[in-house]
Amino acid sequence: MSAVSLLTIEIATAILAIGLLVIGLIVPKDQRQGIGYLATFGLIIVFALTLLYTNVQETVFNGMYIIDPYSTFFKQLFLAAAILVSVSSFDYVKRLGYNQGEFYSLMVFATLGMMMLASAGDLISLYLGLELMTITFFVLTAYRKNDFKSSEAGIKYVILGAMSSAILLYGLSLIYGVSGTTVIGEIAKGLNQGAQPLELLGMIFILVGFGFKVSAAPFHMWSPDIYEGAPTPVTAFLAVASKAAGFAALVRLLVIALPSLQSSWVVIVMVLSALTVIFGNFVAIPQTNIKRLLAYSSIAQAGYLLFGLVAYSALGVAAILFHSLLYVFANLGAFTVVIAFYNKTGSDEIKDYTGLARRSPLMAAVMLLSLLSLAGIPPLAGFVSKFYLFTAIIDQGYIWLAFLGIGMSMVSVYYYLIVIKVMYMGEPPEDSEPMKLPVSIQATLYATMLVSLFFGIYPAPLTDLALSVAKAFFPF
Amino acid sequence: MTSTIIFWLIAIIIMGSALMVVLLRNIVHSALFLVVTFVGVSGLYVMLQADFLAAVQLLVYAGAIAILLVFGVMLTVRGDIKYSNLFNRHKFTAGVVSLGLFLLIERIILSSDLLISNKPALESTVGPIADALLTDYVIPFEAAAILLLVAMVGAILLARGEGKPQ
Repeated sequence: MSAVSLLTIEIATAILAIGLLVIGLIVPKDQRQGIGYLATFGLIIVFALTLLYTNVQETVFNGMYIIDPYSTFFKQLFLAAAILVSVSSFDYVKRLGYNQGEFYSLMVFATLGMMMLASAGDLISLYLGLELMTITFFVLTAYRKNDFKSSEAGIKYVILGAMSSAILLYGLSLIYGVSGTTVIGEIAKGLNQGAQPLELLGMIFILVGFGFKVSAAPFHMWSPDIYEGAPTPVTAFLAVASKAAGFAALVRLLVIALPSLQSSWVVIVMVLSALTVIFGNFVAIPQTNIKRLLAYSSIAQAGYLLFGLVAYSALGVAAILFHSLLYVFANLGAFTVVIAFYNKTGSDEIKDYTGLARRSPLMAAVMLLSLLSLAGIPPLAGFVSKFYLFTAIIDQGYIWLAFLGIGMSMVSVYYYLIVIKVMYMGEPPEDSEPMKLPVSIQATLYATMLVSLFFGIYPAPLTDLALSVAKAFFPF
Repeated sequence: MTSTIIFWLIAIIIMGSALMVVLLRNIVHSALFLVVTFVGVSGLYVMLQADFLAAVQLLVYAGAIAILLVFGVMLTVRGDIKYSNLFNRHKFTAGVVSLGLFLLIERIILSSDLLISNKPALESTVGPIADALLTDYVIPFEAAAILLLVAMVGAILLARGEGKPQ
């Protein structure tokens, strides 16, 4: 296939984003609501296009860009997340009332950046994809201009994001300096002349840079403030898709480019993952704001995802793929409830969720299933994916880490149950009425609930897919 | 021998002016020292016989970006300009940590051997750069274009007040 036909997905996404930007400028102000529908429709078409590429394994421009089942899996994940977020944000953006076209356009641009991260075959494309994603999120985070918290979150994200990018870039430049190539597939060959201190330094900087992006402890401190301050649909997209994109790139870099340093980076990743699950789960307990609670829970989930990297095996990579899919859908379900609840009540406090089960059984049920899935309770998808993650590390002999993970999962059940208790046992406020949800929100809620339930009860198709993708990706 | 002396001179200029960017209290002075840093880096490019890159560095960084920076300062800074780039109370700790990190990284760099290219210098550097940008590096090239578009749109969105005519 020619380079252009292999790049169809990226080109289509770029055209969609630029098209939305232009349409947002020429359509009269009172008719801009339709742009959200257009964005969703366009994303669905791009998603359909990716189905044609599921088994393609090719590189273009001498290894500069890789189209393989691994990257296509992640692209489909990002697109699914983008579709669900855009559907669930119709009302939110309408309430926002300004810059509607730009909102969806920026969201599609961020998706394009994530795709580049998953597919990048050299360090320059990887870095540019990362920056495209991050800079778009800077703008989206500060989108509510009259909201003090949103502006504060934007500023914090700019400063910390720029610093972590600088650290990552320094690491990448050191690896280039030692190996003499920026092509990820050839770095391993360039590094073969014995481990040098400089390689280790580059690797550490890369781990720190990506640690920020996936919010692993101790580089997580940006995420709760920013998740709380950003507009909720942006938080949802930031929490699920950008984290998955960070993992896609990190796994490719460590496994393909730096296998010679495996014995060194596995120790660092192990410490990071243990710290992350402990910290994320314990600090989540005292939270009273649902967005902050979900932020700490997603820090903890990043720790579980790092387990797959510690395992350094095809099963580990497959478990990362499986868990990131479950993580995306469970978190999107929970965040969609938060978006809908905010649209109705204007509150993000957990205590205001009291009696939600009686005001809106659907919202409470989706929140329940999403949280239990994140906690890893059978028969939900979270159980299966955590089972694979723990199996992968036990296979490699890290039994203590598996025990730690299981113990921390139990801690997580506690704070998830607090929310569930408020929703189901609490009394609804005196003057409250049943909540009517718009069709778009209902569709998102049903979709996320179905995915969590279906892959929990019948995980075989997804397991087979994840394993075959991981085997094609993992070199040995 | 002369090239070594020139290299060290340029290196000292770059390091010194970069330090001044951080240490000075007046942000306009910092911006001006940043220009000196950019000029120093373009000197390094000249030493590497990358004449075109050196010219681009001078035009784009020392020229355009420095002017943008000064404009940005002019439009945003309120209050006394003499105290516009201050330290917080962690000055001492930050100094110790930075010094430690610097010494560590410096040790590591000196104890590693970096790849040194022994290819002869190119006759013309413009052509090969153009070829590379439109063949192998076309994806990063296009991505950078999109990135700039997004940054521009974002800057306009954030700078324009809510509810103003769109």
